[in-house]
Amino acid sequence: MAHPSSYQPSTGIERWLDARLPIMRVMHDQFMVFPTPRNLNYWWTFGGILTFMLVAQIATGVVLAMHYVPTEDGAFDSVETIMRDVNWGWLLRYTHAVGASMFFVAVYIHAFRGLYYGSYKAPREVLWILGVLILILMIATSFMGYSLPWGQMSFWAVTVITNLFSSLDAVIPGLGTRLVEWIWGGFAVGGPTLNRLYSLHYLFPFLIAGVVALHIWALHIPGNNNPTGIDVKSPKETVPFHPYYTMKDGFALLVFILVFAAVVFYAPNFVGHPDNYIPANPLQTPPHIVPEWYFLPFYAILRAIPNKLLGVAALLASISILFFVPWLDTSKVRSTSYRPIYKWFFWAFALTCLALGYLGSQPPGGWYLVFGRLFTLYYFAFFLVVMPVVGKLEKPRGLPGSITEPVLGPEHVKGRPARAPAKRKPEEVA
Amino acid sequence: MATHETPFDPTLSPDDGEPTRRDVILIAAGGFAAIGAAAALWPLLDQMNPDASALSLATTEVDISHVEVGQALTVMWRGKPIFIRHRTDQEIAKAKDFAVDDLPDPLARNANLPEDALASDDNRAAKDREPWLVMIGICTHLGCIPKGQAVGDYKGEFGGWFCPCHGSQYDTAGRVRIGPAPQNMAIPPYSFLSDQKIKIG
Repeated sequence: MAHPSSYQPSTGIERWLDARLPIMRVMHDQFMVFPTPRNLNYWWTFGGILTFMLVAQIATGVVLAMHYVPTEDGAFDSVETIMRDVNWGWLLRYTHAVGASMFFVAVYIHAFRGLYYGSYKAPREVLWILGVLILILMIATSFMGYSLPWGQMSFWAVTVITNLFSSLDAVIPGLGTRLVEWIWGGFAVGGPTLNRLYSLHYLFPFLIAGVVALHIWALHIPGNNNPTGIDVKSPKETVPFHPYYTMKDGFALLVFILVFAAVVFYAPNFVGHPDNYIPANPLQTPPHIVPEWYFLPFYAILRAIPNKLLGVAALLASISILFFVPWLDTSKVRSTSYRPIYKWFFWAFALTCLALGYLGSQPPGGWYLVFGRLFTLYYFAFFLVVMPVVGKLEKPRGLPGSITEPVLGPEHVKGRPARAPAKRKPEEVA
Repeated sequence: MATHETPFDPTLSPDDGEPTRRDVILIAAGGFAAIGAAAALWPLLDQMNPDASALSLATTEVDISHVEVGQALTVMWRGKPIFIRHRTDQEIAKAKDFAVDDLPDPLARNANLPEDALASDDNRAAKDREPWLVMIGICTHLGCIPKGQAVGDYKGEFGGWFCPCHGSQYDTAGRVRIGPAPQNMAIPPYSFLSDQKIKIG
């Protein structure tokens, strides 16, 4: 929320700095007194968790890069050296690997929070688009990181994913092949491929950090959305970010780290694939290659379509359609809590994503394929049919008069005595 | 050279919609800057293309004297597996007993033949050496290596190759029959140097 600055430099040093580079003023206004709706629930803590995960991945990543060797012959062995010889190497590697999964757990919850509460709707479209951009960068980064240990899964995941681009041969003959050879740096996945993926895996997290800065900036212009989806109408409906939400986010982060640590210490290989403990073999494809769990829904969509180019197009569309969500949803009401019909479609969509995730882990054939196609159909129908049509047809439930009203009751909202019940239509109260 | 028709300050020129020399200079300067940027960008992109050592991996020679009927050999050429199969009479018969028009991909995909050659078994197998099938053992879907080279492998419903990644199936001439793969497995440029030796590339 753009709000007047309340920073008062109290010491001579602060006054001196404020006249030259008002960085303390920006920190004070944006991260200390920033007015935040007082009714945020725990779904709103994942932004802070994600920031922590980005920092954790960069910190563990930079130190792992001090011991990792990005060559065909050295990669697998150097990871084993990290595990056995480097001080705390096992902890750093497991934290980085499990960290990628926890990062995606948090980002998916964060995205579904935004979808449910209409956090993509005006005036937060740019905030949402930057978020989708971060998601795409995260997918690219984690894919490149997974290639680095140069195990069987690494090698064949790189082969399959880079070959997605070869489908362009169906559009312009030769273009896809040229593009894939450019990515590979050869006529097959090999040492040059690994070397460049390493370089880009290092670069991309800093691109993410840059977009995250824009994401936070875009959040601080309109201010936070909240579970009612209605705008903040008076300063009394907000509390300063610090200490109220720094403490709440901090508590949620501790609980999250507890789960994170439990996985790192007791089940570090639970989410990984055992085949990646076999060194890469360019002459043998593992009998059942599956991507990391966080790619499974997209993978299921790719396989649901029995045509190479169209499958790849569907895969790309399944992510890029998120860019258009602010314009596909036609409802004027932000929060799904007040949308009785859309609510059902929303949860059906959440279930669809889980189902696609499961189907992506199963062999592509028989009933798995049939259900894969049905769920793929609903995945796209949710965005292209449900969002525009239900938004127009649905009659939303009565919204509360203010964001404090659902908690404190109408009598506590000064200047609005008992306004909300009168606002509701009789059939909606029943 | 400024004349009275071309004033020094373009904002002073009468707004008659006529382009001035200064407009031309602005466009030329912008154009040269764009050319310079593109010229600087190209090496930054082209460095990723296959380098001299990758391009130098031209040919490889393979000894096939020990490959009995029904056996197969996999060798590396340009980082890719090459399948060399000494087919049985049944496999050849199976590959011939089929109308080419019914195939998902009717083209031979044989680098030794014209691009529009049809995918008959004659156009897929080695010239005048029908039992031999030489091809790049990479599924044309997303690049996995199909099963079917080893004796115990599942070879799919058509007795050729089966790709475990997304279930594409190839027949005994390496032609795709079902699955998401769009093309028959490619045949590299090769020639028989003698009965015992093949040169690939």
